Amino acid sequence: MSNPDPKDELVEHLPAMRAFALSLTRNSATADDMVQDTIVKAWTNIDKFQRGTNLRAWLFTILRNTYYSSRRKLKREVADVDGTFSEKLSVKPAHDGRLQLADFRVAFEQLPDEQREALILVGANGFSYEEAAEMCNVAVGTIKSRTNRGRARLSEELGLNEDEALELTDSSTMAVVSGSGRTSF
Amino acid sequence: MMSKSKDNSESKPDTLIDENLKKVYSDIAGEELPDRFKDLLSQLKQQDLEGDQNK
Repeated sequence: MSNPDPKDELVEHLPAMRAFALSLTRNSATADDMVQDTIVKAWTNIDKFQRGTNLRAWLFTILRNTYYSSRRKLKREVADVDGTFSEKLSVKPAHDGRLQLADFRVAFEQLPDEQREALILVGANGFSYEEAAEMCNVAVGTIKSRTNRGRARLSEELGLNEDEALELTDSSTMAVVSGSGRTSF
Repeated sequence: MMSKSKDNSESKPDTLIDENLKKVYSDIAGEELPDRFKDLLSQLKQQDLEGDQNK
C-alpha cells in the first residue's frame, strides 16, 4: 500500500491551521506568520511525523508550541488583538435575538488562552478530549475542565442558562447552524 | 414552572456554542489561501529537489 507523502498533504490542513492560529492570536497578521513558521518547521521535521497518525493534530501541536514560545519570548502579557476573529463570528442570531453574537465574540476573545484553545480543539475541530490533551501536553481531565469552564463562561455571558436553553427551539438552533449552509470543514 | 430534564438542559448551550465555533471555523477555512503559503510550499519543494540533486 502506498502512503501519500505527508508533505503533499500539508496544503489541505492550511485553512484549519489558519483558523486555529487566528483563534489563538486573535490577530490576522500574527496568525499568518505563525502558520508560515509552522509550515517550515513541519516540512523540515517531517521525518518526525509518524505516518498513519493524525497529521492535523501534529501540525496543530507545532503551531501551538510556536505560539506559546513566541508569547514567552516577547513576554507579552497582553495579546495584540485586532478583532479579526470576532469579525468572523458572523453567525445569524436566533430570530428571538437571544443569541447575541456581539456578546458571544467579545466573551470568546476574552476567555483565557487555555480555555479558548480547548474550545477550539474540542468544540470547533471535533478532536477528542484525549487528542486535545496530548496536543496540549496536559491530562485529559485538564482539557475537560478547561472546555467545561470555557463553555460555562460563554453560556453565562450569553445568558444561555438552563431554563433559557430549554426555551430555544430547534428551529432557532437550526437558523444559527445553517447560517452559511456549512457546519463543518 | 418548567421541569428540568437533565439530559437535555446541560448540552443545549454547549451545542450552540460549538455550532458557533464551527461556523466561524468553516468561514475562515473557506477563505482562499494567501499566495504566500503556496509560494512557500513551492519554495520548500524546490529546495528538496535541489538537495536531492546534490546527493
